[in-house]
Amino acid sequence: MDWMQIVSALALVAFIVILLPSARYMIKNSPKGTSSDWMSFVIPIFAVIVFIALLIKLV
Amino acid sequence: MNQNFSSVAQSSSSVLATNKVLRNTYMLLSLTLLFSGLTAALSMALKMPPMTYLISVIGGMVIAMFVLPRFANSSAGIGIVFLITGLLGFGLGPVLTMYASLPNGGNIITLSLGGTGVIFMGLSAYALATKKDFSFLGGFLMVGFLLVLLAAVANIFLQIPAMSLMISAVVIMIMSGFILYDTSRIIHGGETNYVLATIGLYMTIFNIFISLLQILGIMGNDD
Repeated sequence: MDWMQIVSALALVAFIVILLPSARYMIKNSPKGTSSDWMSFVIPIFAVIVFIALLIKLV
Repeated sequence: MNQNFSSVAQSSSSVLATNKVLRNTYMLLSLTLLFSGLTAALSMALKMPPMTYLISVIGGMVIAMFVLPRFANSSAGIGIVFLITGLLGFGLGPVLTMYASLPNGGNIITLSLGGTGVIFMGLSAYALATKKDFSFLGGFLMVGFLLVLLAAVANIFLQIPAMSLMISAVVIMIMSGFILYDTSRIIHGGETNYVLATIGLYMTIFNIFISLLQILGIMGNDD
């Protein structure tokens, strides 16, 4: 294990700790989505997945 | 009647303010992406060592989290955004040099760059066209992001290639969600500071690009 891996791990852990309070706030204060709201999120994400599969075919 | 005129005037001034934030965000975003490209090219020309990436990312994140919010409402904020994006671009240099040295490297870099552009523009256009409020995604995306960071920490020690591929794929999904969330926040007046809006969108583009490079790098070299 070299020093770069240790520094990367420490930086990621520090990032998680810093993000935790705002994550808690967002979880508590986010409005609930309806099933149609979630569908409007799932459709473009599915399109992104298909697009990435296409890029993998092209490479 | 006067009340109706007043509410119409208020609503049109709010639309104008939103359009201004959106226009300024996209303008600053294009300039910072261009600047990142230049610093990445400089870093490649200088043949910077791999540790440059780690130092630049840590430096960029520290400035973005602790310095930028203090100056976001002043003109100095624009300079700090260029500092962060320039630093992140400079860190990309050794990564791009490494991918460029692969047999199919040029193709991988071009496809990642083009793919990132298509994903960003497609999702932004979707959020702008539907004008849907994606604020309900906030908590979900944040939990997903924290989980993927935990998985990334674990994989630094485990070194499983399949897990690294999975992490990159999930990062792209989460960052795609953040594009919808951030764009919708600008449209609905949740984000009125174009400096902060720019850095948020820049980070999503940066993460999608890095993750696409990793996915295409792994998948393109299986022969």
